[in-house]
Amino acid sequence: MEGAYIYDTVRSPRGRGKNGSLNELTAVALSAKILEELRERNNLNTQEIEDVIWGNVTQVGEQGGCLARSAVIAANYSESTPGLSINRFCASGLEAVNLATNQVRGSAGNAYVAGGVEMMSRVPMGSDGAAIAVDPTLAMNSYFVPQGISADILATKYGFSRDDVDAFAVESQKRATAARKSGYFKKSIALIKDQNNLTILEEDEYIRPETSMQSLGGLEPSFKNMGEVMPGFDAVALLKYPEFEKINHVHHAGNSSGIVDGAAAVLIGNKEFGKKNGLKPRARIVATSKIGTDPTIMLTGPLPATEKVLKLSGMSIKDIDLFEVNEAFASVPLSFMEHFGVEHEKVNVNGGAIAMGHPLGATGAMLLGTALDELERTGKSTALTTLCVASGMGASTIIEKV
Amino acid sequence: MCSDFTKVVDKNNIAVITWNCLDKSMNTMTEGGLRSFQQLVTEALSEKKIKGIIITSGKADFSGGMDLSTLEALKRNSGSDPASKIFEYIMEAHGLLRKIELGKMDDTSQSKPVAFAGGGICAGIGTEIGLACHRRFFSSSKRSKIGLPEILVGLFPGLGGTTRIPRMMGLMGASSVLLEGKLFTSEKAKSIGLVDEVVSEDELIKKATDWILSVSPQELVKPWDQKGFKFPGGAPYHPSGFMSFVGGSALVNGKTKGLYFSAKALLSSVYEGALVDFDSALRIEARWFTKVLMTDTCTNMARTLFLNKSALEKGQKRPSGVNETNLKQISVIGSGMMGSGIAYASILQGLEVLLIDQNMEAAEAGKTKIAMLLSESVKRKKLSEEEKIRLLQKVKPASSLEKISNSDLVIEAVFEDLKLKHNLYQKIEPHLKDSAILASNTSTLPIKKLSEVLADNTRFIGIHFFSPVDRMNLVELIKSEKTNDYALAVALDYTSMIKKTPIVVNDSRGFYANRCIIPYINEGLRMLSEGVEAALIENSAKQIGMPVGPLQLLDELSVSLALNVAKETREALGGKYEETGTESILLEMSKKSRLGRKELAGFYEYDEKGRRLKLWEGLKKIKVQKTSTNITTVSVKNRLAYVQALEAVRAFEENILLSVEEGDVGGILGWGCLIWAGGPFSWLDHVGHENVVVECQGLSDKYGDRFTPPKIIKELASSGGKFYN
Repeated sequence: MEGAYIYDTVRSPRGRGKNGSLNELTAVALSAKILEELRERNNLNTQEIEDVIWGNVTQVGEQGGCLARSAVIAANYSESTPGLSINRFCASGLEAVNLATNQVRGSAGNAYVAGGVEMMSRVPMGSDGAAIAVDPTLAMNSYFVPQGISADILATKYGFSRDDVDAFAVESQKRATAARKSGYFKKSIALIKDQNNLTILEEDEYIRPETSMQSLGGLEPSFKNMGEVMPGFDAVALLKYPEFEKINHVHHAGNSSGIVDGAAAVLIGNKEFGKKNGLKPRARIVATSKIGTDPTIMLTGPLPATEKVLKLSGMSIKDIDLFEVNEAFASVPLSFMEHFGVEHEKVNVNGGAIAMGHPLGATGAMLLGTALDELERTGKSTALTTLCVASGMGASTIIEKV
Repeated sequence: MCSDFTKVVDKNNIAVITWNCLDKSMNTMTEGGLRSFQQLVTEALSEKKIKGIIITSGKADFSGGMDLSTLEALKRNSGSDPASKIFEYIMEAHGLLRKIELGKMDDTSQSKPVAFAGGGICAGIGTEIGLACHRRFFSSSKRSKIGLPEILVGLFPGLGGTTRIPRMMGLMGASSVLLEGKLFTSEKAKSIGLVDEVVSEDELIKKATDWILSVSPQELVKPWDQKGFKFPGGAPYHPSGFMSFVGGSALVNGKTKGLYFSAKALLSSVYEGALVDFDSALRIEARWFTKVLMTDTCTNMARTLFLNKSALEKGQKRPSGVNETNLKQISVIGSGMMGSGIAYASILQGLEVLLIDQNMEAAEAGKTKIAMLLSESVKRKKLSEEEKIRLLQKVKPASSLEKISNSDLVIEAVFEDLKLKHNLYQKIEPHLKDSAILASNTSTLPIKKLSEVLADNTRFIGIHFFSPVDRMNLVELIKSEKTNDYALAVALDYTSMIKKTPIVVNDSRGFYANRCIIPYINEGLRMLSEGVEAALIENSAKQIGMPVGPLQLLDELSVSLALNVAKETREALGGKYEETGTESILLEMSKKSRLGRKELAGFYEYDEKGRRLKLWEGLKKIKVQKTSTNITTVSVKNRLAYVQALEAVRAFEENILLSVEEGDVGGILGWGCLIWAGGPFSWLDHVGHENVVVECQGLSDKYGDRFTPPKIIKELASSGGKFYN
């Protein structure tokens, strides 16, 4: 089996979803800018690119109609490079990388661009519909509840208090603030400029450095009303988990991932691709995994996905130097740390989606880039990236610095 | 041909089709009825000179709905493929209603206006016929009510109601009509669009005629048959409809605990129908409705709550040799919560009530309780202030027993103390008039034992009401071996008068209902003492469809009551009394002064107003006797369900309960037992007796003899039979 390597990673800064800087850009425009940046940095002959696999969750309107191919054309890649839009909800960006990895390993081409985009300020989450939520037969039989309720079920299961999740959120803000200040993100970030070369956004703008336990303490739990009153999702949750007396509603906007715009791309290829194009691989992709889990609690996927990827790689949790566990909700990384006994010092060392936001289709690719940049900066060797996924799924990837 | 429908053409050339089932007091749709209706509608639509159609009733009520036995017969008589016959039948009915809605037989003819002119009770297919018409005129009479109550008996409106109502009102508006099964007064029905005009009864035909003669063809086209129709409130994937549909499933799932298939099917029918054109939607509705009719829990629920319940209410168990009695005045002795509740239920239906207690102050306090209940009804606009005053005058508080000599029935509702009751009966008997009977509202004491002190114990009977009397519709009538037919007939005539549902049972400790409820509570306590999480016990109880969990129920009844019952039973049974394994928990709760909701502390924590807050934290520290291993939700649910159902079977086997029909009606109305399956006996049939034997034998090996399958179940298992054949 061929090895798959990361040659480069590029991402946009994350733009605030509400009144944010990237709101004026179309999904195809931002995607194209990232693809162009990747080409320019690496002096890519895009004829060498077998496919562009582009993660995107809400594939309607401007994000519909196979956005991947539109972005490839807009970025003026070689006509022979096709595009594939994919959707594995929050892990789409990582799934794009994993698919590309396994294509390369299976000798289906030498190089791929994988990544994704989500313009959450322009194409609202959920506007593509979802049978699992709306179709009564399916929703009832699968005990569907919205993700926020799932996050609260997860907190209830692990006994995380409001203070636990808020403290995690404060730490995420602190770490992201410090990392941004120290320029740790600069290596991967592409400045987003307009047609006049004027800068639109140069760094992540969602971070709130002033966040404290006090400021978070004033926020009402976001999912309490829909859980307890109308329409009463907690009653559905208790049908599935009768061992709980009630669901403890601890999540709110301050300890959940932010609604933002963003895009990211990863250049993946085999050894031969590097040699031929004079590129040096930065990391080897050791193993990838994806898995389906209980759709009601929904967000536990990182646990079995990680167990699976460790098994595939023949590694143990102790062999991993750094973890990126997507902060969809604070209870997700908290449950990950508790389950694997991993200390917080190794997890999301530069903050996460609570502080910086979670552009659904792009996040997985962004996290992978952040992990690789950090391995290089600190001289560490291995990193594991994992995300929870809507409808009860998970995805994981292990990389090793070359 | 069936003569349920007739057609007359009036001077304006309007065809008036009248529904009047001559052999029944209420119009219900039979297979033959539908055919004759179909033929008359076809004639009227086809005949050139006919200008329009009025559909009305020859009775004060328009219709009670579908004749459920028709559907059963259809199913029974369609051989190996009942689903296809039922689907065909429903589609034929859809076709007919659709012709009414389009006002023509085919695309080439011009539409004729069809008016609905009804009043009184209008339910089910009666309402659905109206929905297909172009305009609905409904009587303003006070007793007129219209709606689609099918969901309440395990079915759903399957003749177009589920497709038309959401297209008229949107999903949110439709939910009170379809999912709550409400019957609406004329005015309310008009305000939500269920009817178009409310007119006095004698003007129904005139108004409908005027409308037919003046309406323009464009007004006859239903919104969903017009181009560009938009689903009100938003279709499922429209931004404004999205959350309603997402919320709808959650609401129904949470409220019904996923047990009521008809509610799921209804919502699925609305959703899938909303995504296609009207005729496809009707076909989708027919497929789901067929599925409901083919699902045993749905039809069993209808059998118990519709057919068998109404048969009991109509006096099915009344001894035939006794002439109808005519009760005018009753006496209720004891003016506490039960006594005043019984008095309240009695005056509502026109009876005079002597409310007797030890002193006038106590008797007056009872009357005050009744006044409060009546005021509630005034507040909810069910009664006028004048009616309240008039009704309250029917209660005469008294402190002496002499006045009971005018009463046709005397009901004793004093504290559950044998000596006290015996004393009282001896004082009562001399004052009873010859035609009067004496009854006790005891919930546990054997009737024969109670009647021992009477000179004539043939006219003594148990009339066991459930608490709170104003809301609980079941009455358990308990015959001792001495009770005569006359006493039973009077008791049945009385329950019929006060609009309660009676079951007749034989005498024994706890009779039927309490005999089954107590093991349910005990099983909860036992599991608690085995270390099962209290939340799991309570939630599992709700997941088998119980209205309240065993721990909450005991909090309502009070822990001290349970201790007393245990003590009394122990005294009564002496050496035969078996420890139930619950005594230590009860004593522990009593020691910690956690006696129930009245004391604001029990298995749950309460605020100062008695509102339940959460399970008591201290339960986690209660000493566990033995730790159960392998506790699964399924095993907790099975224990809670079987412990009641098997006790019901034993009551039947021991001839305490006289029929499984009464067992199911009583189980549902008495303590909410397995409603979704049609009651405990229907549930066992649904599980299948072979499975019951296997599961119960397993439970019996692990948890004790109370789960040993009764003989009758074993017999049914080996013969492949069912309680209901």
